[in-house]
Amino acid sequence: MSFLIAESLDDALAAIAAGARPIAGGTDLVVGARHGKEALPDELVAIDRIDQLAEIGPGPGGIRIGALVTHATLMTDPLVVAEFTALADAAALVGSPSTRHVGTLGGNVMNASPAMDTGAPLMVLGAVADLQSVGGSRSVPLDELWTGPGTTSAQADELLIGVTLSSAPQRSGSAYVRLEYRRAMEIAVVGAAAAVTLGDDGTIAAAEVALSAVAPTVLLVEGVGDALVGRDPESAASAAAGLAGEQASPISDLRASDSYRRHCVGVMAKRAVVAAARRAAGEDIAVPVNRSIGIGAA
Amino acid sequence: MSESFDLEVNGVAYPVSVDQSRNLLSVIREEIGLTGTKEGCDDCECGACMVLLDGQPVNSCSYLAVQAQGRSITTVEGVMQGDEMHVLQRKLLEEGGVQCGFCTPGMIMSAHALLDRTANPTPEDVRIGLSGNLCRCTGYAKILAAVEHAAAELG
Repeated sequence: MSFLIAESLDDALAAIAAGARPIAGGTDLVVGARHGKEALPDELVAIDRIDQLAEIGPGPGGIRIGALVTHATLMTDPLVVAEFTALADAAALVGSPSTRHVGTLGGNVMNASPAMDTGAPLMVLGAVADLQSVGGSRSVPLDELWTGPGTTSAQADELLIGVTLSSAPQRSGSAYVRLEYRRAMEIAVVGAAAAVTLGDDGTIAAAEVALSAVAPTVLLVEGVGDALVGRDPESAASAAAGLAGEQASPISDLRASDSYRRHCVGVMAKRAVVAAARRAAGEDIAVPVNRSIGIGAA
Repeated sequence: MSESFDLEVNGVAYPVSVDQSRNLLSVIREEIGLTGTKEGCDDCECGACMVLLDGQPVNSCSYLAVQAQGRSITTVEGVMQGDEMHVLQRKLLEEGGVQCGFCTPGMIMSAHALLDRTANPTPEDVRIGLSGNLCRCTGYAKILAAVEHAAAELG
């Protein structure tokens, strides 16, 4: 095994082009290796000291959140909490304080677990993944990035340098809720994110819903816009629950059966739409929604 | 491959020469000889191995030692102030928050990180701050009380 600490993005990209795998907090890679899931890669390049990848701010095409931004930062950053609230909801639920302090957004995205907490929020917020290699850079919509459990369409020489999101219009809000059996060190049994924009009459003007842990990848629910627009939030939330249950293709495992997941993801979708609409209407619901109004907890 | 580097633990630079795949916990315990930090689950779940890395809590069982070079590590041995116990240690003893003691170093490090960044934590703040640490003896109530009392004493 070889291990290099990259001092710059160029250093990191060169190492990755030569075959090294990136490591930031190591909360998936090292834990997986110690648990016997997968051996550590032969060549590692530590990217956690590349400060430019730990920034949140204006970038080409919107707000760039760097790949090295930690969950601890996401859950408290004023811009993220104000504009991309569902992402803060999700980050606040990840692991424990130690996981959140070393675990990064980039690691969560590229580990590509369908149960990841930040994925559904990023999807409803319209985020794109910014990939860079020695040869150039490209941006990929998340539904094209995630190709299956633990797999992405990124090339071996590409590094995720961040995600780019656009600010939502006035009277918009978002929320992420998950079903959990305990309050810490938990993985979503199922989860749902919603982003909602309200019209002047208080009905839904635009909406997106995405689901965690009910498909091989995080799933953007189809037809949400058509089904929800023009409805009041309560009735829109029920419609979202129906679509979520229909489109989910969950598995049974030791955490839940497929039928339980299919039912509960509808409940989570409904609650996410209601919370997002309340935030869109100006209500201050503290991050994370799971804790502040007690929804999501079993 | 083996690599030689300095690891700064509790303000002391320890030269170590270890395989690059070694976790921070094993190097602190077996190479440096500070055995206050414990191995519990070895799976990033129980918090017995908690240390501070540049002041933030990290599960040392699941962090590569080579990745900690150039950073400042604090273990439970580093929280004593001279011969005086840290207020967290004293309150844990006073409240009966220590039974078998195996989780205690990790609890202290998580609580330390919490109190460093939150001057007057609410009971909920304390619960969240310790949410990555398991205890199988105490039932937690006395640990939570100890941390709240330590926070009150620190003001």
